[in-house]
Amino acid sequence: MEPKIWRDMGLSDDEYQRIEKLMGREPNFLEVGIFSVMWSEHCSYKTSKPVLKKFPTEGPQVLQGPGENAGIVDIGDDLAVAFKMESHNHPSAVEPYQGAATGVGGILRDVFTMGARPVAVLNSLRFGPLTEENNKYLLDGVVSGISGYGNSIGIPTVGGDVYFHSSYNGNPLVNAMAIGLLEHKDIAKGVATGVGNPVMVVGAKTGRDGIHGATFASVELSEEAQPPAVQAGDPFMEKLLMEACLELIQSGAVVGIQDMGAAGLTSSSSEMASRGNSGIEMELSLVPCRETGMTPYEIMLSESQERMLIVPQAGREKEVEEVFARWGLEATVVGRVTDDGMLRLLEKGRLVAEIPVKALTDEAPVYHRPSQEPDYYQKLKNTKLENIELKDSAENVLLALISSPTIASKEWIYRQYDYQVGTNTVVAPGGDAAVLRVRGTSKAIAMTTDCNSRYVYLDPYIGGILAVVEAAQNIVCVGAKPLAITDCLNFGNPERPEIFWQFEQACAGVAEACRALNTPVTGGNVSLYNETLGQAVYPTPMIGMIGLLKDLDQVLKNQITSEGEQLYLVGEREGELAGSEYLSRFEQLEAGSLPEPDLKEIQKRLDFILEGNKQGLLLAAHDISEGGLAVCLAEMTINCGAEINIESGNQLKVLFGERLGRIIVTAPKEKSAALETLAREYDIPLTHLGSSKGKNLKIKVAGQECLDVPLSQYRPLYESAIRDIMES
Amino acid sequence: MKIGVVRFPGSSCEVDCLEAWRLVGEDPVMIWHQETSVKGFDLIVLPGGFSYGNYLRPGSIARYSPIMEDVIRFAKSGGLVWGISNGFQILTECGLLPGAFLRNVGLRYICAPQYLRVENSDLPFTNQYEKGRLIQIPISHGEGNYTIDDEGLKRLQDNNQIVFRYVNTDTSGNPNGSRDNIAGIVNKEGNVLGMMPHPERAVEEIIGGVDGKEMFLSVLKHWEGRSQGGA
Repeated sequence: MEPKIWRDMGLSDDEYQRIEKLMGREPNFLEVGIFSVMWSEHCSYKTSKPVLKKFPTEGPQVLQGPGENAGIVDIGDDLAVAFKMESHNHPSAVEPYQGAATGVGGILRDVFTMGARPVAVLNSLRFGPLTEENNKYLLDGVVSGISGYGNSIGIPTVGGDVYFHSSYNGNPLVNAMAIGLLEHKDIAKGVATGVGNPVMVVGAKTGRDGIHGATFASVELSEEAQPPAVQAGDPFMEKLLMEACLELIQSGAVVGIQDMGAAGLTSSSSEMASRGNSGIEMELSLVPCRETGMTPYEIMLSESQERMLIVPQAGREKEVEEVFARWGLEATVVGRVTDDGMLRLLEKGRLVAEIPVKALTDEAPVYHRPSQEPDYYQKLKNTKLENIELKDSAENVLLALISSPTIASKEWIYRQYDYQVGTNTVVAPGGDAAVLRVRGTSKAIAMTTDCNSRYVYLDPYIGGILAVVEAAQNIVCVGAKPLAITDCLNFGNPERPEIFWQFEQACAGVAEACRALNTPVTGGNVSLYNETLGQAVYPTPMIGMIGLLKDLDQVLKNQITSEGEQLYLVGEREGELAGSEYLSRFEQLEAGSLPEPDLKEIQKRLDFILEGNKQGLLLAAHDISEGGLAVCLAEMTINCGAEINIESGNQLKVLFGERLGRIIVTAPKEKSAALETLAREYDIPLTHLGSSKGKNLKIKVAGQECLDVPLSQYRPLYESAIRDIMES
Repeated sequence: MKIGVVRFPGSSCEVDCLEAWRLVGEDPVMIWHQETSVKGFDLIVLPGGFSYGNYLRPGSIARYSPIMEDVIRFAKSGGLVWGISNGFQILTECGLLPGAFLRNVGLRYICAPQYLRVENSDLPFTNQYEKGRLIQIPISHGEGNYTIDDEGLKRLQDNNQIVFRYVNTDTSGNPNGSRDNIAGIVNKEGNVLGMMPHPERAVEEIIGGVDGKEMFLSVLKHWEGRSQGGA
């Protein structure tokens, strides 16, 4: 075989040699194609595997950890939550509407494949600054795509997060997370077992779209990288598919089921056989195709959307066909489960490929990439920030910060999403975390996505910790207890040692925080090669966290609703300038040394808030993140002003410094004493800040009045900033 | 009262409608679109969603679902039919209500709280409101821009067929460009209602407020009166 063939498919010469060795012969074109997608980074995790092994994945709450289509955690009463996050970055860079739409479609399939009914979608999005037309075009297209797909399929899009930063120019990040509910007994898995059981393709027909998508997802974006046809999504088809699959799973006829996502029929069949320690034989001429004359190669590598592979019990094929027919869908037997461990493909009876399943999965190469601290790291860490002073009046700084797209209200985005369908959305987008009730119980689940990549860039280890901490804070701020996470690890080209170092360090930080906060990793996705013209995105380990509220009545607000609420700060009075929004915006500097968070202390503070809420002492909670305390207060006082007096501290650091582990809570006056007592019991720092009053936000620091802004001035800026940019 | 909620392929608010009816003590039934009779039902609800993916035009394909023939017969014989959002679109497509829908002004989907004014409170669907009351019921649609010709509009106005109008408050006005701010209308006889806002999303304080609950209570009140009247 000509080296050009495997090289064009993204295989290295060494990898090709390995294939020959595993096969014991020269593979044919189709077989090389199958290896190339299964051994792509996207499917094989060949670079990330050794690092991901360090994540804590166990806990009493975990019913299904990594390795399946989605993770599952127990929420009691025989109920469970299935959830997963995945990237669709490269397709979205090429075709934002379809890229984002199919990202939502794919992650929903991962969840209902597990037997769970999807109840919510979140999106974690990163774009370059909106000062550039192309970024506006990408934001608009991605939001329309999510809206178009999610609204149509009838699953609410309830939250997520959006940041804008120049490192994402040309390489936006589009990560979608789906959450589903199920009963323990209905958990389904992606396994092919039982010799002789039929293998069925259900849902949409197979077309020529998306061929080699997994390979495309595993290279850098450049002028030369030829994108394949981006898949087009059909949410109506997926809705029918979802209803049919859930009905079928309930019937008990399903042995195994898996979504045909990246690498389509190739990955679904080989992964199902691999997990079942079995083999699969398929007659490709039986696969329903959308186009005529499709070759075995095209059928195996197509990434047409809205398809699933199902292994039902032998003899129940008719039942499967009937369920799908009721929803107007096809279900076709294309092969059977064998016990010889081979993926055997036939075309009209002629053998066209025969590969040991384990060669595709377990035997995929694993790379221990060289890792090296990048030059920038020490330089930025040692940048002196002591002499930096407030550049402008505190009022002007506040107004500038709250109208910057990263901080401003995301209403322009989320009002395009149907966040209410299903009538379970208790906390809609705009809260610290979204909250959905669980019908038939008094419980609710909380969900959030977070990652401040500037912190991760400055210090990947600490930044990784902080991404998890921020997610946990957001979950606790709505009154829920953090349960577990899924992640979507977006990095640059791991073949560069300094990128691999970021990846290693950030994952170590995520692992450390997950251990400390008891939120195991139940699965996720790795997206490497996020680079444009040699520039990597900021390292972005997106965290999707789930939490549980035992009592729906204890949902906490994140805004002040009436006068007389007592405001308290949990945590340090001053933040740091390192990595802050202030420093970036007013000094054009992204530098500094992030303080290492004390996870034990943070856990104590989170427990204090949960306990305070349980005792009925709290009304609202909001964590201090980008923009610091002043921005946090402005967001809380959108409807009612407050008078704040902070006795001591450096004005700049108090108002705009950032440091995770700090949360502002409010309490009714009559509960103040009890709250203060509780803080002493928990031995955590609690500072009385003032009370809600009037229509202005007034802040005094160390006896000096530094800020007095009417909410009629900052509220419109906060609310319309993104709309004004997008619709100008 | 025997209430049926039709499920078309692509419907997404059918369960929400069932739950809202359960909340006021009823035991509604789901009707699969391939059924052919609504015999025995007292009210038919056409729920929101994206029937047939809203392909071609919202409601244009669902209107040909087998069940619709009998729903039309039922409506013409005086049966109560209530179309919400996509259900309203289906009602205009099948000719039970006049007018048609364009994409929202601004061409974007909108999901948001919305103020409405109750313009007609003498209906089976609205008798628990006072005329002129402002209520908050969320909207969620991409193609809710109601349009109708001058003559048709005049008929709606003259016959008091406009039931809800979008109103300006400090934060919301006409969200989608609908003619004469129309959010909901009835047929001349008053037994077929179509509305874009989602009252089934406004029946509980913890979700979207309770301003929509009176619509469900209105229908029950109407039914009670009718039964007692021996009709």
